[in-house]
Amino acid sequence: MNRYPLWKYLLILIIAGLGLLYAAPNLYRPDPAVQISGQSSALKVDQNVLSLAEKALDDAGIAYFGGEVQEKSVLLRLKSIEEQLPAKRAIQDALGYTEYVVALNLAPTTPEWLNRMGASPMKLGLDLAGGVHFLMEVDTNSIVKTNMEGYVSDVKSKLRAADARYRGVTLEGDREIVASFRNEELRSLGMRTLRKEFPTLQLTESGSGENLEIRATLSDQEIKQLEDYAVTQNLTTLRNRVNELGVAEPIVQRQGRNRIVVELPGVQDTAEAKRIIGKTANLEYRMEAKPDALVTNKEFFEYRNEQERAAYGGAWLERKVIISGERVTDARVGYDESGFPQVNITLDARGGEMMHRATWKNVGRRMGTLFVESRFTPEKQLDAEGNEIVVQKRTDDKKIISLATVQSPLGRQFRTTGLGSPAEAQELALLLRSGALAAPMYFVEERVIGPSLGADNIKVGVKSVQIGMLAVVLCMLIFYRVFGLAATIALTVNMVLLVAVMSILGATLTLPGIAGMVLTIGMAVDANVLIFSRIREELRNGLSPQSAISSGFDNAYSAIVDANITTLIVAVILYAIGSGPVQGFAVTLSIGILTSMFTAIMGTRALINLFYGGRRVQKLWI
Amino acid sequence: MSNTKEVNGKITEYMGKRVYDFMRWRKLASAVSIILVVVSIAALAMNGLKLGLDFTGGTQIDVGYENAPKIEDVRSQLEQAGFKGAAVVRFGSDRELLIKLPPEVAESLAQQNARDAAANNSIGDKVVEVLTQHSEGGIDLRRVEMVGPQIGEELRDDGGLGMLFALAVVMAYVALRFQYKFAIGAVVALIHDVIIVLGFFAIFRLDFDLTVLAAVLAVIGYSINDTIVVFDRIRENFRKVRQAEPAEIINISMSQTLGRTFMTSFTTLLVLWALQFFGGELIHNFSLALIVGIVIGTFSSVYVAANILMAMNITKEDLMPPVKEGAEMDDMP
Repeated sequence: MNRYPLWKYLLILIIAGLGLLYAAPNLYRPDPAVQISGQSSALKVDQNVLSLAEKALDDAGIAYFGGEVQEKSVLLRLKSIEEQLPAKRAIQDALGYTEYVVALNLAPTTPEWLNRMGASPMKLGLDLAGGVHFLMEVDTNSIVKTNMEGYVSDVKSKLRAADARYRGVTLEGDREIVASFRNEELRSLGMRTLRKEFPTLQLTESGSGENLEIRATLSDQEIKQLEDYAVTQNLTTLRNRVNELGVAEPIVQRQGRNRIVVELPGVQDTAEAKRIIGKTANLEYRMEAKPDALVTNKEFFEYRNEQERAAYGGAWLERKVIISGERVTDARVGYDESGFPQVNITLDARGGEMMHRATWKNVGRRMGTLFVESRFTPEKQLDAEGNEIVVQKRTDDKKIISLATVQSPLGRQFRTTGLGSPAEAQELALLLRSGALAAPMYFVEERVIGPSLGADNIKVGVKSVQIGMLAVVLCMLIFYRVFGLAATIALTVNMVLLVAVMSILGATLTLPGIAGMVLTIGMAVDANVLIFSRIREELRNGLSPQSAISSGFDNAYSAIVDANITTLIVAVILYAIGSGPVQGFAVTLSIGILTSMFTAIMGTRALINLFYGGRRVQKLWI
Repeated sequence: MSNTKEVNGKITEYMGKRVYDFMRWRKLASAVSIILVVVSIAALAMNGLKLGLDFTGGTQIDVGYENAPKIEDVRSQLEQAGFKGAAVVRFGSDRELLIKLPPEVAESLAQQNARDAAANNSIGDKVVEVLTQHSEGGIDLRRVEMVGPQIGEELRDDGGLGMLFALAVVMAYVALRFQYKFAIGAVVALIHDVIIVLGFFAIFRLDFDLTVLAAVLAVIGYSINDTIVVFDRIRENFRKVRQAEPAEIINISMSQTLGRTFMTSFTTLLVLWALQFFGGELIHNFSLALIVGIVIGTFSSVYVAANILMAMNITKEDLMPPVKEGAEMDDMP
């Protein structure tokens, strides 16, 4: 009686072994490191860069080891965390500030054989690793408004073309266009025209007497599409900007309808992070300067594309800016009748007017598009007392991304043709789009956790896990002796499994997550307590030790399952409604419940069977 | 009745184990419960919950000083720098301060940032800048949390909804696995626990933030766990023990699970004390909410959940497996 078949023992052993294996990477402390990557992805970061960086560190007398060239970056490990900042500065000085990004990083030290098995340590949440968390809200109202403003001028021109004379076309409350007419005849003509020309607008009639109106609104679906567009657009722009920061594992995600979360672990300089995230890359449209123009009226710019730069160098453009990037609402790749790639550009209403005014008498001349990047670069200066200080200097870097002949007067929508390949068209469209944000954004939530607090949080977290575990183990040993020992082993395996599962799932450990672990310790023994007190009871009822063990486990089973499932339900709901820290708690609690069911029921049973099973037992040590 | 021992017609021992007359105190326990709930509701109505930053919006800045500063000095430094209505308190040690700014400060800064993207004022950096100017030693920015008011409102709604949803799902599960009377008993016990924990926070004016909300939900999880263990035993005994009053069966079940209830509550409280004493300031209120919740939750599984069963006249028939009901039908003339 009370014997498990061999396969069950083996299964438990294998699961515990795998747990140990996948939990193991968490034992290796990461090395402080610096990571060097290119400002743009085109820049190669190779052995040369590594040697330069190594030389810089040698000169600065900073100990390093394990330099390696990775896919798009170079990594150098350091002996101590205090040397990270000096090392960053030394390398940045040697490599220059314009082309390379040097970021602080923590390099995992997981042994190769564990890596090969796909084992990696748990990710640490911002409250443990330190870093910044931003939540930004995209002002989607503004994009709807801009769009409606565009419609107002279109509606006017179409009505005029159809000879439907209107008294006025105005925008009411950001979202509704009102066109008014003197009589019914004109209004119905207007109605027919608008219905034909603007199928996306929803039209209703209102007003009376001398003031008959057509009210036009966008459908909800249309508005949702616009909002989605604005959010995804901003998301892309943000991703590009965050990449420039050179953060090890940034998170840039959409949250809900109109929010974007940005998490930058390890970043301490919030001011710099905010500057780069909120920075403005921009576009400028300018006419090409006439050859006889005065130097004071023109400016020379280089091409952004390397091949074009090699072939033509650059071009002289007028100083006067026709429009800038905020006026571009969309830019997409398309194909003309003969299948050549082109980029279709849409401007907002004012942009369309300005573009029209500038181009209608300049047909035949060339118009250039400039890509303006504002970069903040640290620069060394001497302050009043002669000390060397580093200031952030803003430089606007303007390069030509397209120079094309104006073939007819341009309006709200125009296209750029004569592009070499679809890839070139794709890049141009991307640049045009990423220039400016589609809609303004503002910070609605900002959390910064300093590195000292992160380290403290880990310390107190580990300490409370240790003390909690110790207390529970002592308690179990005193109350249940041999059985308590079995429960202790099961509890230990449970913690190992919990850590292993979290590592495998790539879950993030947070401070509330550690609290969840501690709570799991307390609650995981509940299953064992249920079983053991049941066994005691059965013994008191006069059952033999062996059958007391067996019926104790069997009878406690339904209570354990029901109790754990209800707790699990609550944990899942907690996960669904919670954000960041609360989710961390819910995740550890849920995983802990699942692993504890396995260890407390099967694991303990196996140990007890191994100890007592299949022999005559006079007395149970319980 | 070979398993039971009776004194004056009352079961005092069952299967060799002493049976305590829990239900004798049910009226007193009900009174205590009702008083606690009423006091909690009154405190919630009068004091209200002191909602933390997560729910109200606002800014909270945690700074570490090299030398312990005077709170009044820091307050006036901030006031002079234009941070109106800043609350400054010590946090954990005398060298760490928690500065709370009302939502308007963050809001006006956000609007400023929205208008002028290049400005990008970071409230934390600004505060540290101001404080560093006036302080001799260095200042370490440990934590900044800025929550916009609209986020707080959403979290409040989500939190409330989540709690209601959790209660509904648990009720459905218990009704399915046990019986509807049990479901009502369990949910009343849970509501009882939640109200008292919230009341505790209202009475002592403790900060109620997201982690405390998580703790309250965890209390629901723990308390239902406890209640179900007791219910499981009541169900078992209703089927097994013959010729006993419902009150006696509940007494037997309570006595049988008493050891376990005590042991589990004790181990859980042990780890929670570890968390409260060693887990640091950030999860102090979290562990406090759980400690209160577990004490109340243990009491409520015995005296609220089971009490409701008594009040609803739970009978053997309520718990007989459906197959047997069919068999009884056949026996009827």
